[in-house]
Amino acid sequence: MKTLFDKLWDSHAIAHLAGGIDLLQVDRHLMHELTGVEAVRVLERRGLQVDSPELTFATLDHVISTMPGRSAGDADWSTEMVDAMRTQMTQHAIPIFDIGNDGRQGIVHVIGPELGLSLPGTSIVCADSHTCTHGAMGALAFGIGSTEVVHVLATQTIRQKRPKTMRVRFDGSVREGVSAKDMILYVIGRIGAAGGTGYAVEYAGDAIEELSMEGRLTLCNLSIELGAKFGLIAPDETTFAYLRDKPYAPRGAQFDAALADWKALATDEGAHFDREVIVDASAIRVQVTWGTSPEHVIALDDTIPDPASLADESRRQAAQDAIDYMGVRAGQHLDELAVDRVFIGSCTNSRIEDLRTAAHIVDGRHVAGNVKAWVVPGSLTVARQAHEEGLDDIFRAAGFEWREPGCSMCVGANGDVVGRGERCVSTSNRNFIGRQGPGARTHLASPAVAAASAIAGHIAAPETRASR
Amino acid sequence: MKAVTTIIGPAAPLLRDNVDTDLIIRIERISQLKRGQLGPYLLETLRYRGNGPESGEREDFVLNQPAFRHACTMLGGRNFGCGSSREMAVWALEEAGIRCVIAPSFGDIFYNNCLQNGLLAVRLDAEVIERIATASRDGANVEVDLRALEIRAPGIDPIRFEFDEAPRAALLEGLDEIDQTRRMSEQIAQFRADDRKARGWAYLG
Repeated sequence: MKTLFDKLWDSHAIAHLAGGIDLLQVDRHLMHELTGVEAVRVLERRGLQVDSPELTFATLDHVISTMPGRSAGDADWSTEMVDAMRTQMTQHAIPIFDIGNDGRQGIVHVIGPELGLSLPGTSIVCADSHTCTHGAMGALAFGIGSTEVVHVLATQTIRQKRPKTMRVRFDGSVREGVSAKDMILYVIGRIGAAGGTGYAVEYAGDAIEELSMEGRLTLCNLSIELGAKFGLIAPDETTFAYLRDKPYAPRGAQFDAALADWKALATDEGAHFDREVIVDASAIRVQVTWGTSPEHVIALDDTIPDPASLADESRRQAAQDAIDYMGVRAGQHLDELAVDRVFIGSCTNSRIEDLRTAAHIVDGRHVAGNVKAWVVPGSLTVARQAHEEGLDDIFRAAGFEWREPGCSMCVGANGDVVGRGERCVSTSNRNFIGRQGPGARTHLASPAVAAASAIAGHIAAPETRASR
Repeated sequence: MKAVTTIIGPAAPLLRDNVDTDLIIRIERISQLKRGQLGPYLLETLRYRGNGPESGEREDFVLNQPAFRHACTMLGGRNFGCGSSREMAVWALEEAGIRCVIAPSFGDIFYNNCLQNGLLAVRLDAEVIERIATASRDGANVEVDLRALEIRAPGIDPIRFEFDEAPRAALLEGLDEIDQTRRMSEQIAQFRADDRKARGWAYLG
C-alpha cells in the first residue's frame, strides 16, 4: 500500500544513495530569468553542457515589465537580465516563452499546466518555491535553489531526501462563496506556517474533488506557505479533461497510454501517512490575513486577535510585531481598514477563473477613489481568453489598470511595488515584511475579496457571491 | 565546495519565528546586486534605520551590537529561512560572516541551499538554543563541531546534535555533487532507457 507521493517518488528514483538521499530523474525543468541567468553562468564557468534541453523550458516573469507596450524590463538592469536570459536560452537550445514569440509567455506556474508541460506522474523542478503549484496535476513538483539548478542543468537529475508524508482531508463541501484560497489559508491558520515543514502534503476529500483545475492549482500553490515543499492532488477526470489538447500534452495513442498510467496515481486504501489533518469543509469561511505571516489569518468577519491571548512567548512577540508593522489594532474588524492598493494577479490567483470571479463582482461598478487597483493576468494565454470574454473591458471600465503578464506586485522584483505604509489587498501568496515593497502592508485574500475591497475602498466581503 | 569541520565564534541570537528569506535578503538586492555584494544587505529591514546601510544602523539589532558584530553563528527561531527559494539568502548570510545557523526548524528549500554552500544548519530544541544564547550573551565563542556532532560554549555542558550522515560526509570532505552524479552516468542512462519504454509519454523530443 503506497501513498500517491510514494508512487511518484519511487517511479523517479534512479538510485538510492547513502544516508537516505535518492537520485531522481527530472522530467521537466522550468526556468525563469531571476534565478536562471546566474545558474547558467555557473554551468558555463564549469565548462558543463545542458544535459536535456528538450526537457527544459524557460519563461520571463519576475523582472519583465508588465507595462502595456513593453519589450523587456522597466530599467536598465532588468532589461540586461532579460536579454541575458534570451541569449543564454538560444545558446543552450532551451525553448523560451518570450513576449514576442508565440503568445505563451507568462508566470512559470501558470504556463506549466496551461501548456500541458506539467503532467500527472511527472517530476518537475524550478528554482522557485511555488513550484509546489504543479503538484495539483498529480506531479512530483518542488522548488530548488540555484546550485541545485546547476546540478539539474548538468545531469537532468536531482539529489533529494525523501520527505515525510501528510494528508489534509477536507470532509464535505465548502459553503457558497468560499474559494480554494480560503480553504488553504484556513489550513495554514490552523496548523501554522511551519505545520508542513518536512512534509509532502496530499490534499484529498470531497471539497478537493469538487474544485476546478484552477482552484486546485491555487490550493497547492500555498503549500510552501504551510512550510511544505511539495503539495499534491490525485489526478482525476477534472485533470484529464483539462489536459486534453494542451499544446505539450501527449496526443492520440500517447494520450491513451498516459491516461492508463495516470489513473493509477492515487493513494492506496490504508496507505500510511506520517500525519493526517481532517478539516470540516463546511466550517471554512472567507479568509483574510491581518499580519506578516500567512498563519496570521482570520475569517473576514472575525476580529484581529490580541497577542496577549497567545500562550507561546515567541508567537506573542511575533503577533505584536506584526500588529505594529501592519498598523492595525487587536480587536479591530478587518472591514474598518481602508485600502490603498488592490492587486489581482500572481501564480496563486491570476488564472482565467480568478479573473472571471473578480470581473463578475466589479462589473458595472467602480473602484473607490482612494484605491489604485491592478489586474495582472498570469499569462498571455489567460489574457487572450479574458479578452475574448470581454473581462479586460469590464476591469478597465471599473477603473482597474489592466497589465501584461508577469509576477509583478506579488514580489516587486520588476519595480511594481506597493508604497511604504500603503495597505494592499492582494491575491498573491506572501504577506511578509517588505514583500510587496519596503514598508508595504499586505493582506492576502481571494480574488473575490480583492475585487470587493477595490470597489468598497476598504477590506470587504463580496456582496454578490461569485461562483467558484 | 570547501570543507566544513568546526566553526568558532560568537553566536548572535535572532530568536524570532518565521524569519523568511525575503526578510533575509530583499528582492531588489538579489536582482540588482551580484554575489559578493550581498553581505551588507543581510536582514537590512531589521538592521538599518531606512533604506540600506547608508541610512544608519539600528542599535537594537543584534548584529550591530559590539559583541556580535563578528558573529559566525546565528541562533534562530522556528521555521528559519521559510518562503522563497532564493539561494541568495544563504549567500548573504555567508558574506556577512555567518557560517552556521542553529534553529528549531528550517524552511526545507533554505535547508538544502545551506548544504549546497557549506553553511551549517543545525536543528536543536528552542530551550537548548536559549541555553547557548545565554552562554554566548557577551559574545563568548561558541564552537560548532561537525565532526564530533557537538556544540561547546563556556559554562555549559557540551550539547550533542544530529546531522544526516550523507550531507555531513559531503560537508566534512567538501564533495561536489555534480561530479559525483556525473560518475553515475551509466546507471542514469540505463534508468532512462527503461523509463522511456514504461513512460514514453513523459519524454519530449
